Amino acid sequence: MSQIPEKSKVSAAKVNQDLPNELTIPVERQLTEPYLQIENVNKVFGEFVALKDIYLNVYPGEFVCLLGPSGCGKTTLLRIICGLETQTSGRIMQGGKDVSQLPPQKRDFGIVFQSYALFPNLTAEQNIAYGLENAKKPKAEIRQRVTELLELVGLEGLGKKYPSQMSGGQQQRVALARALALSPGLLLLDEPLSALDAKVRDKLRGEITKVQRRLGITTVMVTHDQSEALAMADRVVVMDKGYIAQVGTANSIYQYPQSPFVANFIGVMNFLEGVIIAEKQIRCGNLTFNVPQNQLSVNQRAKLAIRPEDIQVVFEQTNNKTENTLTAQVEDIEFLGSVYRLTLNPEGDAKESLIVEINTHQARQLDLNNLQSLNIYFPPEQVKVF
Amino acid sequence: MTVTSNRSPISSGKIKPITTSEDWIMRGLLLLGTLWLFVGVVFPLYPMLIRSFYDSNGSWVGLSNYVKYINTPSLSVSFFNSFYIAIVSTIIAVSLALIFSYALTRTAMVGKPWFKILGMLPIYIPPIATAIGLIYLFGNKGLVTTGAFGRLPTWDINLYGANGIILGEVLYVFPQALVILTTALSLTDARLYEAAQALRTSPMRTFLTITIPSVKYGLISAMFVCFILAFTDFGVPKVVGGDFNVLATDIYKQVIGQQNFSMGATISVFLLIPTVFAFVIDRIIQRKQTALVTAKAVPLQPKSNPMLDGIMFAFCSLIVGLILIVFATIILASLVQVWPYNFQLGFKHYNFNNVAGGGYNAYWNSIVMSLYTALLGTIIVFIGAYLVEKGKGLKWLRSLNYFLSTVPLALPGLVLGLAYVFFFNNPSNPLNGLYGTLGILVICNIIHFYTVCFLTASTGLKQIDPEFEAVSASMAVPFYKTFWLVTVPLCLPILLEIGIYYFVNTMVTISAIIFLYPAHIPLAAVAIINMDDAGDIAPAAAMSTLIVLTSMGIRAIYWWGTKGLRKRNQAWLKRS
Ligand SMILES: Nc1ncnc2c1ncn2[C@@H]1O[C@H](COP(=O)(O)OP(=O)(O)OP(=O)(O)O)[C@@H](O)[C@H]1O
Ligand SMILES: [Mg+2]
Repeated sequence: MSQIPEKSKVSAAKVNQDLPNELTIPVERQLTEPYLQIENVNKVFGEFVALKDIYLNVYPGEFVCLLGPSGCGKTTLLRIICGLETQTSGRIMQGGKDVSQLPPQKRDFGIVFQSYALFPNLTAEQNIAYGLENAKKPKAEIRQRVTELLELVGLEGLGKKYPSQMSGGQQQRVALARALALSPGLLLLDEPLSALDAKVRDKLRGEITKVQRRLGITTVMVTHDQSEALAMADRVVVMDKGYIAQVGTANSIYQYPQSPFVANFIGVMNFLEGVIIAEKQIRCGNLTFNVPQNQLSVNQRAKLAIRPEDIQVVFEQTNNKTENTLTAQVEDIEFLGSVYRLTLNPEGDAKESLIVEINTHQARQLDLNNLQSLNIYFPPEQVKVF
Repeated sequence: MTVTSNRSPISSGKIKPITTSEDWIMRGLLLLGTLWLFVGVVFPLYPMLIRSFYDSNGSWVGLSNYVKYINTPSLSVSFFNSFYIAIVSTIIAVSLALIFSYALTRTAMVGKPWFKILGMLPIYIPPIATAIGLIYLFGNKGLVTTGAFGRLPTWDINLYGANGIILGEVLYVFPQALVILTTALSLTDARLYEAAQALRTSPMRTFLTITIPSVKYGLISAMFVCFILAFTDFGVPKVVGGDFNVLATDIYKQVIGQQNFSMGATISVFLLIPTVFAFVIDRIIQRKQTALVTAKAVPLQPKSNPMLDGIMFAFCSLIVGLILIVFATIILASLVQVWPYNFQLGFKHYNFNNVAGGGYNAYWNSIVMSLYTALLGTIIVFIGAYLVEKGKGLKWLRSLNYFLSTVPLALPGLVLGLAYVFFFNNPSNPLNGLYGTLGILVICNIIHFYTVCFLTASTGLKQIDPEFEAVSASMAVPFYKTFWLVTVPLCLPILLEIGIYYFVNTMVTISAIIFLYPAHIPLAAVAIINMDDAGDIAPAAAMSTLIVLTSMGIRAIYWWGTKGLRKRNQAWLKRS
């Protein structure tokens, strides 16, 4: 935790205050009341602090992803939201009501677990109808609702199958249909796709979002897969070691990471260690870079950060920039299809190697080979310092 | 949105979820379960311990019963005799079972399924019936002793005494060790052996450095289980002990022969202490094991090795041969008209009219008792295990329940039975009405075999997705509905398995009920003792045969009847 600056430890509300509002709360929701409010929630297991000072508002119809490395407390937070776990302190408001002390039976949510937890001795239909039957709904109504749900998740005609007779993806859809059966106000998904193989996962990603949009159901999903979170969510909540590191739309989190942790966790980020030498300048080894306006003070140790796709390769013939430019040796070339990923070894005394992505067209012009020297340029407006 | 709820301050104190009616049901059941275990296990022990401080007239004598016991050589010697028998039987049985289970799991020996079934055969034979079989083989007029009545060389093993008891106990505890060791050996990771092979480790070194450490816990467990069983068994020494006294027969003599309940209680304490000790040590050792079993292991595919396979085949044939001979001898003895004079076969001894013990009445009583025990025991054990495994809240009460459920393993049947006499035969006990009924016999049997059934149920419940309860709660379905609609159907094979275990063990048990059965409810296993006491050994063999065949029959019916069910469940539980 020591490498994370003090600043990022404060609650998400404060972290985001220096960002334009529309990047943290979707515009269309700014006037509505949040459907789910998590206020100052803490959770302690014995000595171990699993969650600290969690504040989060989720707006009606919104799809929020809890994203973070393993063990950061995502599942714990999700289980607290629905009452399967009780917070040590703090409050959960749902639909304007304080539900902190209600057991899960008394709350209004549907949940899909990573294991799906389908009842293996019941058919898909019986699984979906499980809650409806308990609610003593009329038979005809149950039948109609089950058909409707099967259709919604694209499983028409498979209702009579047992879970063991279905593929992982189909089981996942049954679990989703079952969670939606009682028309809950809140849908909770705990790593719903992680047990599936990549192809099926991509397909279901789209389908879950489609169903969610269609029903307009407020949804909280847990995942540790950043591409899943960025692709599916309206807003992403990045968590680390029990606290919220940043909240925002996929775009804002990628573009404006508020801490090295977020910068590194979402996408790839190059870091160079250095010292602030002037208001808008940082020195890394023997190189000086111009950087945007920041709140760091002169002589403070800092990190320069830049994304691989933001580093520009400077061609000999257009070499008229000298600022923010350095020479580096190609150490490794990786072909990724539409782009090349280069690992570069900067000259001078910087120890870190740099990752740079260039498109195939540029690569062809450069006629790449190992140990070749390249001039690269860090556009000041794309550089961040922490 | 209500303004007040929104403005209410965020409480800084600990959040306590409100208690629902479901929580109350759960708590009520847990309390009931705890009460049941206290009444069945804890409370009866107290009057028994107290009784050892009184004399037969009911006056307080402090430790003088103990002093008397230690100072009476004819009594105290049986303490050491019991240890001697138990230790020797354990060493022999566990060694044999280790080789046998190694052959079953790690070699490509032919006929493994048959050896597996036949090796377990003694489970269905009451130890007392084994002892009767031994009499017909190695007794004064036994087949071996007389060299098949002069046709072969004679061989007298001096059956009556330590030799006979050890032989009987080895046969009795062998399948118990076999179950534990086969499980332990089949859990080992093949990758370790591949690594050893890649490093050119010699087979002997591989065995000593990989096989033995990996079954260490199983081996220790098997030793303690065998020790406790052999130390406390009553049937074998009763029949072939001669004048070699052990604690179990001493208790029987004091209580039944001399009606000296106080001395019976005193000796029970001597029987109890080593068993509890063994139990506690085993628990402590097994607790360290948990970390080992988590790794994802690759099952081992034994490779054929003609030499090893051949030796193992010979060894297993020898063991199974001995078991089969004893078993066949019991049946033969029950059919032979007058051993050793008239070897014509017939069912004369199956007409129990002229012998003690209660005959077919006893046999039917035993079946009824076993059925009730199987039915009620399975229900109680399963609900108990469910509450401990899947219950929420009241963690301390669930831990207490778990602990109490494992205690019966440490209680010898004789001690349990005697404790029940003291506890329930007390007019001031509100449960006094149970005394002398079938009910108390059933309760005693349920508790006597509780631990194994409880652990089986727990293991089964652990395999069920822990999120079922959470999913049900999200749909506002109470836990008891999901228990009935999902958990029970998924656990049906385990429930049946527990039921069979209860049935078979209740059919063959003697120790727990010998002090407890009322005269108007004669029981089959007890009848064997009474017939043997009266010298009617052939009818005793006939009754033994009936018991064995009934138990095996029930097991076979179960096996065939539930084939489809087990297959279906396997498909259900298979994770995709
Ligand atoms: N019942 C519990 N008792 C003690 N510690 C717990 C308990 N439940 C969770 N934890 C701890 O709390 C931390 C957060 O757990 P959680 O399951 O919420 O992580 P997660 O973010 O969902 O991780 P993953 O991606 O691995 O699922 C972990 O370090 C875990 O060990
Ligand atoms: Mg998790």
